[in-house]
Amino acid sequence: MQNYLWLIPFFPLLGFVLNGLFGRKFSERTIGAIGAGTVLASFVAGTLAFFELLKLAPESRVFVQTLYRWMATGNFALDISFRLDALSMLMVLVVTGVGFLIHVYSIGYMHGERGFARFFAFLNLFTFAMLLLVMGNNFLLMFVGWEGVGLCSYLLIGFYYDRMFDESTGMTCAQAGSKAFIVNRIGDFGFLLGMFFIFANFSSLDFDTVFAGAAAGLDPAIATAICLLLFVGATGKSAQIPLYVWLPDAMAGPTPVSALIHAATMVTAGVYMVARCSVFFLQAPLALAVVATIGVLTALFAGTMALTATDIKKVLAYSTVSQLGYMFLACGVGAFAAGIFHLMTHAFFKALLFLGAGSVMHAISGETNIMKMGDLKKHLPVTHATMLIASLAIAGVPLLSGFFSKDEILLYAYISPHGSIAFYVIALITAGLTAFYMFRMIYLTFYGTSRVAPEAMNHIHESPKIMTVPLIVLAVLSVIGGYVGVPHVFNKIGEYLHPVFARYTPPGGHEEPPPNLGLELGLMALSVLVAVAGIFLARSIYLKQTGKADEIAQRFRGLYKLLSAKYYVDEIYNALFVRPIHRLSESFLWKVFDVKIIDGLVNGLPQTFLAAANILRRWQTGIVQNYAVSLLIGALAVLGYLLMR
Amino acid sequence: MPLSHYLILSAIMFAIGVAGVLLRRNAIVIFMSIELMLNAVNLTFVAFAAQLNNIEGQIFVFFVMVVAAAEVGIGLALIVAIFRVRETVFVDELNLMKW
Repeated sequence: MQNYLWLIPFFPLLGFVLNGLFGRKFSERTIGAIGAGTVLASFVAGTLAFFELLKLAPESRVFVQTLYRWMATGNFALDISFRLDALSMLMVLVVTGVGFLIHVYSIGYMHGERGFARFFAFLNLFTFAMLLLVMGNNFLLMFVGWEGVGLCSYLLIGFYYDRMFDESTGMTCAQAGSKAFIVNRIGDFGFLLGMFFIFANFSSLDFDTVFAGAAAGLDPAIATAICLLLFVGATGKSAQIPLYVWLPDAMAGPTPVSALIHAATMVTAGVYMVARCSVFFLQAPLALAVVATIGVLTALFAGTMALTATDIKKVLAYSTVSQLGYMFLACGVGAFAAGIFHLMTHAFFKALLFLGAGSVMHAISGETNIMKMGDLKKHLPVTHATMLIASLAIAGVPLLSGFFSKDEILLYAYISPHGSIAFYVIALITAGLTAFYMFRMIYLTFYGTSRVAPEAMNHIHESPKIMTVPLIVLAVLSVIGGYVGVPHVFNKIGEYLHPVFARYTPPGGHEEPPPNLGLELGLMALSVLVAVAGIFLARSIYLKQTGKADEIAQRFRGLYKLLSAKYYVDEIYNALFVRPIHRLSESFLWKVFDVKIIDGLVNGLPQTFLAAANILRRWQTGIVQNYAVSLLIGALAVLGYLLMR
Repeated sequence: MPLSHYLILSAIMFAIGVAGVLLRRNAIVIFMSIELMLNAVNLTFVAFAAQLNNIEGQIFVFFVMVVAAAEVGIGLALIVAIFRVRETVFVDELNLMKW
């Protein structure tokens, strides 16, 4: 298997090339088969590799395949090299597995759309880039994947490039794509600087060399600088404060894109990267504290914004930001395995929620406003059942996947040496908020009285099999996905991931908090209580007393306005950054620098020649005797020179 | 007669020729001035040939005469052709080749 690692990213690349080049000539059936089939092939290859990997002893579970030397200058050498260890293996399975289901779903969802082939080509390119990101064996290859997924994200958010995204702000889908790309670039800049720092200190970008060097001990100041710069990159890609603003607008893309890129895979790249660089972060307590603080604040902040969102996809988008915050909280308290565990379960239920939302939109003519839904349960039984499971899972109801992963994070937030009670309390509040806004969405969408537009009711229908089967598979995963990580009893995922983080530990090691079963059970009970309370609160407000929501909104008018305006963050960013840059660009960079200096230089050069020529051509009088005089003067000069010599 | 007399005469003839070329307007007169300059040179050749007892200078004079004759032939033909078109042979009126 070790020699066939390249096949895993190769298949989606093949699909991209086929659909991208010849997609116009293919039928939808062929395009869909290529698109989903190549990802399935990757998944199969990944699964085979997974079983190969499990055969090895836990400490030696690393496959590395070096394809060729990419570049070599001076003391810098870099290979195209793939790495498959427990961590990247898990990511590969999530990316290709969930990715495959979403590809299948897309065949039904995108049916009849213009640009069907383009859609699948981009989706495959995305899968390729994401696999490159998680399988790269050095920072630069990872960065190539990192940029690749950013590019695909941009292309797919702007998929409906000729449509309006948000009437109220006048934002088009193309602009939403640009926003995502530009905000991501800010983060990428941090990542790049971090990479330079790493190279400056270790003269290599190769994971093994760098991590072994870091494990040997590192100046805390340098470790902190590297970690913070890398984390800036992570905040961009994984939509954390202060760079989360692009994710809600990324919902301009087709719903499967939101499911795959903006929920399940790409946005988790930051978490993956932080976990991958755990040896750095463990040596930089300050950076860890920053990661945890940003994570937990983002979780709370995004959770509150989801409370008032009325667009079903935006509710899910804020929820994604919030859950990503959880993952960073886990990383920030040193519980990397818990973060990755939550990453996995989140990929299942959040992909399911997005696909379910897509199914709802599909049924009622593309309506996304949950205020114009209601009572859809009997029309969409499968969608309802699967989305309900996913909502229960994300809310942290016992025995579903989200319960195990979220509880582990809450636990570590409290007991880890890097954790604190404040982290725990905020995370717990966020858990309650999560339960509340998810069930607000469920009740407003599927229960109560129908507020669907009558013309949409005429052709309301459950989605075809090709869309519901992926929903069902994901629902099953959302239920059972957590059982790989039952603490103490069957903590397979913890054991599985442990060698990755144990492979390179800083001097002094990474202290594990002592187990305390009583405390764990107590915290667990508390979080279940909070989740159930959140669900029942949503039930009482949105199901039992329909007028209550407006009443509450009236009473806390200021707060409600603040939340529905998303804390005016977009406006603040516009005023602080976007507009000044715009103004600078227009008044100076364009009208002065470009027009005057650049154009002036280019136009000025020929004008100089023209002016000089205008003067010089006066010599040409056309009178032959004038020329004869020049001749004479010349002859005399030569003669004079010869005589004087 | 000493050599210097010939050379001085030759220089005077050459200078007159130059002045004629530069100052006269009539193309035919300019032509004649050019001939004058050529013959001034010829005189120098002959004078040196006699002085140095060397026949080569005299041979050169024949070449110069041949070239001058050919030049006059072409030159006069050009002047006639120009006169037919422009009805003038004054060079200051023939300033088409200007900016």
